[in-house]
Amino acid sequence: MNKKLELVDLRKAYTPTVVPVKDISLSVGAGEFLTLLGPSGCGKSTILRLIAGLEQPSSGKVLLNGQDVSRLSPGDRNIAMVFQSYALYPHMTVYENIASGLKLRKTPSGEVQSRIHEVADFLGLHELMHRKPGQLSGGQRQRVAVARTLVRRPDVFLLDEPLSNLDALLREHVRAELKQLFGSQNTPVVYVTHDQTEAMTLSTRVAVLNNGYLQQLDTPERIYTEPANRFVAGFIGSPQMNFLQVKCEAGRAIVGNSRIPLPLGSNTKEIILGIRPEHVHVAQSSNEPALDGQVFLVENLGMHNLVSVRIVSGEEPITVRALLGMEHRLATNAPVRLAFPPDSINWFDVGTGDRVEATTPSMVRNG
Amino acid sequence: MTTAFPENQQTTVHRPSIRRFILPIAVALTVLFCLAPILWELLTSFKTDDAIAEIPNVYFPGPNQLTLDQYQKLFERRPFLNYLFNSFLVSLASTVLALGIGAPAAYALARLKLQGERIILAGVLIVTLFPPILLFLGLLDIVRYLNLGNNYLSLIIPYTAINLPLTILVMRSFFQQLPKDLEDAARVDGYSTPRMLLDIVLPMTLPALATTGILTFIAAWNEFIFALTFITREDMKTVPVAGAQLGGASPFEIPFGPIAAATVLGTIPLVLLVLIFQRRIVQGLTSGAVKG
Repeated sequence: MNKKLELVDLRKAYTPTVVPVKDISLSVGAGEFLTLLGPSGCGKSTILRLIAGLEQPSSGKVLLNGQDVSRLSPGDRNIAMVFQSYALYPHMTVYENIASGLKLRKTPSGEVQSRIHEVADFLGLHELMHRKPGQLSGGQRQRVAVARTLVRRPDVFLLDEPLSNLDALLREHVRAELKQLFGSQNTPVVYVTHDQTEAMTLSTRVAVLNNGYLQQLDTPERIYTEPANRFVAGFIGSPQMNFLQVKCEAGRAIVGNSRIPLPLGSNTKEIILGIRPEHVHVAQSSNEPALDGQVFLVENLGMHNLVSVRIVSGEEPITVRALLGMEHRLATNAPVRLAFPPDSINWFDVGTGDRVEATTPSMVRNG
Repeated sequence: MTTAFPENQQTTVHRPSIRRFILPIAVALTVLFCLAPILWELLTSFKTDDAIAEIPNVYFPGPNQLTLDQYQKLFERRPFLNYLFNSFLVSLASTVLALGIGAPAAYALARLKLQGERIILAGVLIVTLFPPILLFLGLLDIVRYLNLGNNYLSLIIPYTAINLPLTILVMRSFFQQLPKDLEDAARVDGYSTPRMLLDIVLPMTLPALATTGILTFIAAWNEFIFALTFITREDMKTVPVAGAQLGGASPFEIPFGPIAAATVLGTIPLVLLVLIFQRRIVQGLTSGAVKG
């Protein structure tokens, strides 16, 4: 049987004006790792709670393996969840914590033991089995919380920011662990985070949310290289993408002294040019599209310098940030000529913020 | 500059040594101040009648001034074990009732989005502000009407009612700081609401239950005015009333010794109770549930 989770026009409204989830539809299949990514308050946690059944949707459906489970209580849906705070029962031992879900489902005790044994092998929890959660470190608690979900063999795994309570070093380690672990499960995983690194590294697909709306649902690569709109472009990637509002003339954008061809078929008066700091580089020759500016801040990031440049041409001063190699020894106030490779430029509509594509409009991906 | 350094060092060496003395002395004085009346009662209960009456006061009685007579008199003349039993029964029953009613009410107030929650809370708070001394005459009428005079219920019910607001307020704030994730996790695990409350929430609530329970128990144990008014039968009196009503052989004799002995005996159960449950309170069972 292929495990599958589907959301159909899912909507949650607390009051007519407070609507954290607005008509979300998506599906997650077996072996897929879907990350719900967005700033705080975008409705990602609410979606997870709706899937879990901890909240009731105002309208829309949650389908698990094709069956409508929208009205079932959390215990009656075959789901398992890792909470941000791990939510281990403090008065029970690790073993009892892991076993509780199985015991409530009247699993034969022999099978409970063998399943727990298997999971304990998998996660290396054997020595911890008779300890209480209070005697465990943060990373160990996290593993126990994961074990509690694995042992259930659910139809879908739900993870609510499981890494946010770990310190930076451990987080990187556990992140890799989680990827291997859930990659081997062949069960849909829905993961909630506000950390784009986690989203990019873990997921097979990422759903970027804002204000309760699905902004883009795509692979991490496409989310990064072809953001569907200005919000996604600005939210994904650090340091943030540069946005320049530029005038257009005859299918060409006027950038400083040079003209960059617009995507085919668009003839607007103004357009937003988006380019990531890592794609901006120092102009080598005078014939590539470039802007003259003056360095006003250099931040050393170790591998690169993050250089903020004030562009002097044009009526209003614009700031462009560029990730430049350490070989460019730029001092503050030094003049610099920045080139924008046309291949790396993203174009966005001034009014809607949507991506302007070079090809036919049917290719526009938007949730 | 250079000469200033050794001087500085000397003062910094000296200062902690003074502090080392100040703190224990302050603690000792504070403890003495708080315990003095109790120590005085304890001392009096072990002194002979002559030593009690002697002027100047006997602070350090000699071996011939010490006796257990006061306690003996207490049990010979009065059914003191009976009083202890009455106090214990009434206090325990009202504590159990206050926790049994108050904790679920507090949980509902903390977790459900009730309409008029603020009004309910304000009502609860106002009840705590009401002096019980103003209540007893009205309550006496009710007790008479319901024929509850000389019945343990006439004490258990008002004690429960008076202690409910405190129980509800304390337990509510406890439930509010209890991580909601735990209850969500229990529901995802498949616990039904009653089993979740019993298996997950209740064990974590024990420290708070112990704390509020002790407060209720002490309040009920020490209560005087209701116990004096609603109970007249000698064998049903509680310790505070019985202690106050100890009389001497003549109206002019105040039996200081037996009164002191009664006070000590009436306090010991409370001290024991707090000592036993203190570990529960300090333990902090919730540690380790969530990060931190």
